[in-house]
Amino acid sequence: MLNQVEALGRWGIDSLEQLGRAGVLLGRVVLRVPNLRKGFPLTMQQVYAEGVLSLLIIIVSGLFIGMVVALQGYHTLAKFGAAQQLGPLVALSVTRELGPVVTALLFAGRAGSAITAEIGLMKATEQLSSMEMMAVDPLHRVVSPRLWGGFISMPMLTIVFNVVAIYGAYLIGVKWLGLNSGAFWANMQTSVDFHLDVLNGIIKSIVFGLVVIWISVSQGYEAEPTSAGIAKATTNTVVYSSLAILGLDFVLTAMMIGGW
Amino acid sequence: MLSQRAMNSFVGLFVLTAILGLIILAFKVSGLTSFLKPAGYDISAAFEDIGSLKVRSPVKIGGVVVGEVSTIKLDPTSFKAVVIMHIDSHYRDIPDDSSISILTAGLLGDNYLAINPMYNQTYLKNGSEIQDTHPAMILEKLIGQLIYKLSNPAAPNTATASTTKTSETNNANHE
Repeated sequence: MLNQVEALGRWGIDSLEQLGRAGVLLGRVVLRVPNLRKGFPLTMQQVYAEGVLSLLIIIVSGLFIGMVVALQGYHTLAKFGAAQQLGPLVALSVTRELGPVVTALLFAGRAGSAITAEIGLMKATEQLSSMEMMAVDPLHRVVSPRLWGGFISMPMLTIVFNVVAIYGAYLIGVKWLGLNSGAFWANMQTSVDFHLDVLNGIIKSIVFGLVVIWISVSQGYEAEPTSAGIAKATTNTVVYSSLAILGLDFVLTAMMIGGW
Repeated sequence: MLSQRAMNSFVGLFVLTAILGLIILAFKVSGLTSFLKPAGYDISAAFEDIGSLKVRSPVKIGGVVVGEVSTIKLDPTSFKAVVIMHIDSHYRDIPDDSSISILTAGLLGDNYLAINPMYNQTYLKNGSEIQDTHPAMILEKLIGQLIYKLSNPAAPNTATASTTKTSETNNANHE
């Protein structure tokens, strides 16, 4: 009994310490003066690895999610004779919720886990220590480009996802189910507000991007330098990121609907 | 591994795609027009009650959209809702004695403004006000009036109805 209480306390202190170390890591990366000449090419490489290479999965899932929402929405709306409102239904659910959340979940699975494994392996094979020995700061050389790369990629991936999903809904609603194309776009334009819906969705995606990339980088950097440790860190990245995304989504939505 | 140059161009293409996507979201999906307002003029009208009229609600003549609501505010002295609307410059010759009413699209749809053109030879111009306004029909108020009339037989409409009914019964008795 006492042992369990002790274990619980140790777990709490460990988690708190881990959070603190992750916070220090983020602070050290963000608050440093960037070296543009050296940092820019490295960051570009990471935007390519995390953003451009994620485009395929983002586009394919965006297309199918848009198509499914349109198909489901059409059959529900048709019961109330409101099939003309398919455009607003799809556009609002995609720009407000599905776009940022699904993109962030895919991003955590596709890019976040890769970053954790990469940094974790660098640590396990002592590449990070050898960099330090050569007076190269691994934070500067390894962590910072990955963090900025993910931070830049996430909102852009979300925008691409939104557009593709709405186009997928257009394919299903207009081309297959035979809704009027003009009504589809016009109804969408009257109900979707640029600031309230589109921009708030992008703000969400920026927050999610920061959180996902922060979790992945810090999990990799703090990983236990063994193969089991890397496996655990990679799993943790995906689990923590997904939970953080879904939890934060609720908080951000509540704040946005509350009109802050 | 790609060369740095190829990588930079792919990233450039990615950024371009995202900017294009944002433009599509802005103009095709959300119909953002506040940056490039179409040329036109502003007119105003004061209503007793605007119902659920909103900024950017359409202004129509004969069902055709001719402009949109740009501002809604309350006149602090007369407590009327002042609606300022932006009319497209194509429609210059709207007579200034026209009436304007707030209608509802369908039974439960959104409110919109409908201008009913009259016959004056002077036309509405920037800053002019439409005097003849009809407030929104509020469904709850109409139902309230109906219930009041039904439950109150002294009201004139019901009274005439009951007299016709009695005369009918009288006729039936005669036959």
